[in-house]
Amino acid sequence: MSAEQRRRDDEAAREWKGVYRHYDLVKEASIAFGVVLALALVLTILFSSPDEPPSTIRSWSRTNPVDFVTTAVTELDGSSVTATYGPPYNHASSGQHIAFIRLQKWFGTNIAINAAKDFVLAPLGSMPGTSSVRAAVATYQSASASQQAAWTTAYTNALDKATVSSADTVSIPAGNYGPVAPMMASLLTFAQTGGLDGALLTNKQFYQTDYTKPLMFMADGAVLSDRAAAEHLGGDQWGMMNETGAYPGQVWLWLYTFWYQIKPFSTSNNADILVMAVMGLMSTLFVLIPVLPGIRDIPRKIPIYKLIWRQHYESLGPPPTTVQSAIEPPMPPAAAAPG
Amino acid sequence: MSTSAERSWTVRLRKRAVAALPPEKLLPDGQPTYVASWIYVFGVLSLSALAALIMTGSILALKGPSWWHFSSTGHFFNSLHLWSVELFFFFMVIHLWGKYWMAAWRGGRVRVWITGAVTFLVAVPCALTGYVSQQNFDSQWISTQAKDAMNSVGIGSFFNLMNFGQMYSYHVFLLPLAVTGLVIAHILLVRRHGVVPPFELEDRLKAARAGATDGASS
Repeated sequence: MSAEQRRRDDEAAREWKGVYRHYDLVKEASIAFGVVLALALVLTILFSSPDEPPSTIRSWSRTNPVDFVTTAVTELDGSSVTATYGPPYNHASSGQHIAFIRLQKWFGTNIAINAAKDFVLAPLGSMPGTSSVRAAVATYQSASASQQAAWTTAYTNALDKATVSSADTVSIPAGNYGPVAPMMASLLTFAQTGGLDGALLTNKQFYQTDYTKPLMFMADGAVLSDRAAAEHLGGDQWGMMNETGAYPGQVWLWLYTFWYQIKPFSTSNNADILVMAVMGLMSTLFVLIPVLPGIRDIPRKIPIYKLIWRQHYESLGPPPTTVQSAIEPPMPPAAAAPG
Repeated sequence: MSTSAERSWTVRLRKRAVAALPPEKLLPDGQPTYVASWIYVFGVLSLSALAALIMTGSILALKGPSWWHFSSTGHFFNSLHLWSVELFFFFMVIHLWGKYWMAAWRGGRVRVWITGAVTFLVAVPCALTGYVSQQNFDSQWISTQAKDAMNSVGIGSFFNLMNFGQMYSYHVFLLPLAVTGLVIAHILLVRRHGVVPPFELEDRLKAARAGATDGASS
């Protein structure tokens, strides 16, 4: 900072010796509160607020049973997004990184999810009175990894030719699917009755508030993304700042979602950590503007302040003849200053 | 005053508080004449929107997170809450831009700027936790999408957007407390340092210098 700027800052730190005008702080705040409340009320009456019902595994398995079963098989064979995610859910990958910085890995696996066990095998095991299903699960679990893969691959390929009956069951051509076919049929039935919604919530206690597992399972399928795309909420639709319907969403995230639309972020496997790093840096700079040479000087160079303080500058009258009178405000009339 | 009173922590705190912010400075009934622009309104509008969203949020909290889905009264208050949030951010962004162009950190007001900027940054996750606490499709989509950003920097392992209970706690208590605390600190700093004065006009300074030089040479 130059000596001249330091002098000016010192001037700005001085208590104002110029004219004061009467000002009722509490009255202004009360009026402002009334205006804001009235504005919110008008917007509420005109536009209300959106409330699209949530998807459930029950509704998903009924409206799109093939997608449900396809997703369930990917959970079973370990190829789903969740199964291959990495921290904090599992060790299937090390997660995103920038150079040697692997925060995702370093913070560990604190929300453990075993996709095959949690989404398929355990729910099937919890179904009441189904010895045939338990036998199928036992057969699958006792088979070699290569045998399991052969069954799930064959079943997945067959799903391309799957048909849905009027009873919302999935039919596939005959083939060697081992126990996978009866397992998937049972899981579909369980899901369509609503049982799987509850089974994925259950952990060690009666009260539940953690929806991680059912949400992760649904996110692996198309149930959420199809609805989101229809509501212009997709990542490539600037969805982060949108809202269901025609409502404004988190508009203040425009810059955050902007980065996802351009390279290298839009094509990077580490897009999230890269965008977080950029936004973290920009946020830090934003907070530190007062001490950043260049950025803090822009307001002096682009004289928007002349518009803001137009009345004040006009009140100063003709240019002064001494430096001192140029930097000092006009003296107040007698007793104009409060206190 | 007795020695014991002078040693009292309470007395010391009171003395320091009154010295830093005497009543006439805390609740002034006058403002410098340069505080005369529409841009100054956006500070108090931001504050009013915050009060409105705390009020509507408190009503929603009284009845629980599911109320507004099944009650037209609840939906009404949810709508008021939503629009208060939108207005809060709208007013706050304009307020921040205005203060930037006024270089409002001048004259020892750096902490005023910092508390304001941090308030904006803390308000963002405060709103995000609200969106994922709605218990509707919006919550499902936002939580499953935003988790990737949280996970990528390790935050996701202890800040789980899909854990409704955790997000609701953050939204109705922890983050509003942080925002409110920051806003109070911001306002107290503004009251202590006063409203930043205008820039000196370069042309006035130049004219004055020229006048002073002419005077010296004649």
